[in-house]
Amino acid sequence: MTLANAIIQGILLGGLLALFAAGLSLLFGVMGVLNLAHGDIAVVAGYLAVALVPALHLPTLWVFLIVVAVLMVCGYLVQRLIFQPSLESGPLTPLLVTLGMSVVIENLLLEIFTANSHSLSIGTFTGGALRVNSQISLSYLSLAILGAAVLSLAAIQLGLSRTKVGRIVRAVADDRDAAQLVGVNYRHIFGLAAAVAFGTVALAGLSLTMYTSISPTAGPTYLIYGFEAVVIGGLGSLWGTLAGGVVLGIAVTVGLLINSDFGALAPHLVFLAVLAVRPQGFFPRRVTA
Amino acid sequence: MTDSGEQLLLEVAGLTVKHGQLTAVSEVSLGVPQGSVLAVIGANGAGKSTLLGAIAGLHRPSSGRIILDGEDLTGVPCPKRVERGISLVPEGRRLFPSLTVEENILTGAYRARRGPWNLARIYEMFPWMPGRRRQSAAQLSGGEQHAVAIARSLMANPRVLLIDELSLGLAPIVVRGIYASLPDLLESGLTVMLVEQDVAQACSVATRIQCLLEGRTTLVGGPTEFTTAEIEAAYFGMSPTASAGATL
Repeated sequence: MTLANAIIQGILLGGLLALFAAGLSLLFGVMGVLNLAHGDIAVVAGYLAVALVPALHLPTLWVFLIVVAVLMVCGYLVQRLIFQPSLESGPLTPLLVTLGMSVVIENLLLEIFTANSHSLSIGTFTGGALRVNSQISLSYLSLAILGAAVLSLAAIQLGLSRTKVGRIVRAVADDRDAAQLVGVNYRHIFGLAAAVAFGTVALAGLSLTMYTSISPTAGPTYLIYGFEAVVIGGLGSLWGTLAGGVVLGIAVTVGLLINSDFGALAPHLVFLAVLAVRPQGFFPRRVTA
Repeated sequence: MTDSGEQLLLEVAGLTVKHGQLTAVSEVSLGVPQGSVLAVIGANGAGKSTLLGAIAGLHRPSSGRIILDGEDLTGVPCPKRVERGISLVPEGRRLFPSLTVEENILTGAYRARRGPWNLARIYEMFPWMPGRRRQSAAQLSGGEQHAVAIARSLMANPRVLLIDELSLGLAPIVVRGIYASLPDLLESGLTVMLVEQDVAQACSVATRIQCLLEGRTTLVGGPTEFTTAEIEAAYFGMSPTASAGATL
């Protein structure tokens, strides 16, 4: 029964990890670029909420919407002004630029918010839970986060496959020059993809801030989880990313069941095992690129 | 360069395009009257594809001007040229492999001008397409892919259609099939500029031919104005007398 509980909690945790991974997966699928500052951007979203919730006197949900909207605008601008020039000067430059951005963000956050960890509580909702039986209870927050992850991934998936813009995004992922020849400014499309990626990672950051807590240097840990989820699921596959997140989540909770230290190690071991056995991931390249 | 008095839709003046140190197109000028077909011929590496790419905006010229209906397009970025009425069917087709046939065609409508071409009319012109519209474009044969690439370009309702290397890698019967649709295109008011290695094919469809050799124009005029030996000399870069005994 405790194992069943661990697996269920792992699935719920998987939702959070998939939210971290969705934006990575999208940007990699569309641009072939790994954003090393991805985790830090989630932390920025968390701190933005920590600062705005007491300042704005608005319902918390409204603040969350504002944070996600602000991060989406930032995503577009960062892509157009910082990532795009680096993309055009060779394959290694974006890695260096995003790594540099990660360092700058972490140090700015340390300067503004100190090294103390912060967390958000939104009343009874954060602590409440759905009791299934004496052993298993599902916290409302975890359920909401998993729901947000599934909805975000489904929205991105449907947007890519069914809308006119989604068609153009896939075309740009296939062949930038050919897309230019049908009149597409691919830089604008990259900006839109980055906006969506920043939006989903903002949701991840808000979720994390409520789920546990954040500190200025928490980003890279979650970047690695996100990266592992993307690779386990298969590069560029969005549903694979959700599956990857769930696999990692279960590894964490089952690992914790075995030994309290093992929880941090287990997901990385699972990741290495998957890399060794199936390096292309479980659902390789079905969505974008 | 062209007969005076003709209304030129597309005009290129003194165009030079460099790929790094290499000068691919050197001081090329040309004019394409409304409703005509200009065939650019020349051997491999003569600069034909670079010339088309520069007109479509894929390559930035180091000097010279590109003018469409009196408007200077030289500094206009590639995607914006589609809105002005230039559409290129690129070398190697460059379809989007992860999109279906119909999705590929529909991408052409992204910045389409107002005009006669829409999905229904495309399907009328290529009757095999509707039945295979949900297939991945990567599954089509070379000739079918070329038809889809042309369809994608037509969806933009261009004023000038640029077609690169139609014959390359296609069976002759497939090439003839695609060229057979050219009169229909011209009838819809289109102006065509195409690049072709097959001289006989080019002469049979073009109203004018222009031959490039190592990036420079070596011959320009109506396809019936020249003897085979003259065209051959311009194509390979020999003087007409020296090549008089050779055959194509």
